[in-house]
Amino acid sequence: MKILVCITHVPDTTSKIQFTDKNTKFDKNGVQFIIGPYDDYALARAVELKEQLGATLTVLNVGEAETEPTLRKALAIGADDAIRVNSFPKDSFFVAKQIAAIAKENNYDLILMGRESIDFNGGMVHGMVGELLDMPSISPVMKLEIEGETVKMAREIEGGKEYLEAHLPLIAGCQEPIAEWKIPNMRGIMSARTKPLNVVEPYGDSTFTSVHEFQLPPAKGAVKLVDKDHVEELVKLLKNDAKIL
Amino acid sequence: MSVLVYIEHAEGAVKKSSLEAVSYGKALADKIGAGDVIVVALGTIETSELVKTGSAGASKVIHVKDDKLTAGVIQAHADAVAQVYHQIGAHTLVLAKSSLGDAVAARLSIKLGAGLVSNVVALPDTSAGYKVKRSIYTGKAFADTEVTTAHKILAVKKNAVDLKVDGADAVVENLTLSIADINFVTKIISTDKATGEILLPEADIVVSGGRGLKGPENWGMLEDLAKELGAATGCSKPVSDIGWRPHHEHVGQTGVKVAPTLYVAVGISGAIQHLAGVNSSKYIVVINKDPEAPFFKAADYGIVGDAFEVIPKLTEAIKAIK
Repeated sequence: MKILVCITHVPDTTSKIQFTDKNTKFDKNGVQFIIGPYDDYALARAVELKEQLGATLTVLNVGEAETEPTLRKALAIGADDAIRVNSFPKDSFFVAKQIAAIAKENNYDLILMGRESIDFNGGMVHGMVGELLDMPSISPVMKLEIEGETVKMAREIEGGKEYLEAHLPLIAGCQEPIAEWKIPNMRGIMSARTKPLNVVEPYGDSTFTSVHEFQLPPAKGAVKLVDKDHVEELVKLLKNDAKIL
Repeated sequence: MSVLVYIEHAEGAVKKSSLEAVSYGKALADKIGAGDVIVVALGTIETSELVKTGSAGASKVIHVKDDKLTAGVIQAHADAVAQVYHQIGAHTLVLAKSSLGDAVAARLSIKLGAGLVSNVVALPDTSAGYKVKRSIYTGKAFADTEVTTAHKILAVKKNAVDLKVDGADAVVENLTLSIADINFVTKIISTDKATGEILLPEADIVVSGGRGLKGPENWGMLEDLAKELGAATGCSKPVSDIGWRPHHEHVGQTGVKVAPTLYVAVGISGAIQHLAGVNSSKYIVVINKDPEAPFFKAADYGIVGDAFEVIPKLTEAIKAIK
């Protein structure tokens, strides 16, 4: 069995978001980059499946050379080899095309990724890859078990869960609690240095969208505090100022 | 040239987020002179319910009654919507961002060769090109995104436009489609879903609790407050991680992102990951006994006090004004 996990290289969740060059570029200054938290869940589940079923596990990122430490971390967590598509990830369609091209060459049985990246939050790459490869794409998946050719999944829906069954090959966008995040151990970190990390050039350059300018939300005013013994004041504020109640 | 809106329904009614998407579609059609807004509804639902999408701005509903489509099988829905889109000669598809909507829209983007923008927060700027403002970095920023394809899909975030309520009834037309079996290879075995509750992602008011509530047995007072406010209840990540509340109530960076008119946080300190899930709220009220809780910096109104004292009093005060 062959598993592909696609990961994003994104700012740590505690990062202060700022832009430079007249709001046209993300300001990387002082920002630490990580494996996307949802992708990290996908990777953790893939490592468990690899151990359980004896699969090979490839990790993929579409990004420039700066993302290699993130791919090495995925190798340290348990992937066998890594592929980097050498290009800035221009938009979701572009990234989906790259993943689909690599998947077509390698015939993976299972393709996992996070439900969405935490930078652009599109949550569409898995579905696009599914359509490009004519495979089922399920997201957001919070439980995934493989029994023979059958994949049993739970998908989060508004207010609850939906239980599904499908067959391999398929694509899933993952989220918690599909698995616990794995922290690489020393042996993993050492072995990651020598695992293959293949760099390939992008397949085409077509996109559907492009970003022109970024904006930050307007600054929040100071909080209006209400005395705990006069909660009716809060009700008045909500009614008269905010006009909610 | 028309705008097609894909709607979802649950428990026999059109979802509120879908009605908002219809209003977005109407505002968009008016802005770009695109004519009528047509809605596509899949699966079993009463015609009388579909007629009501007219008040939100739809002129016509195309109803594909096939009961196999009542459950949201992603590929089958994508196939059905694509067929309707082509039949009516649409140029734009609008839908509400949701668990099913996101998954369907992504496949449709490829099927229709249409640029997809998600988390849309405003109508497009068409003065030069086609720029759409969307929320990114989990609500911490916005991006003006140019869609360069002729066909477009916009997945709309809650509160992007005001819900229109004054339109005339929509005309409902039935349509039978042939959907290949291959689109049904994924089987929905069962669903486990709260019924009769206000759904968290759709709620106009959300009341959330954190570890400050000390245990799941104390959620009753939060539920009383929520009931009085007509609110959905949510929780912080630690609370769902330790199993006090189910995961679908977890609000935050890796949980549900909400955009209500009012968010009330009780006993939640306000970690940056939690704030990421609530920063699109119009008003935030924070109740916490720690005056240094970082959440107060993100709040509009606050009470420094013990939740066990403040919440019952607040519930009573709201009752009193009704």
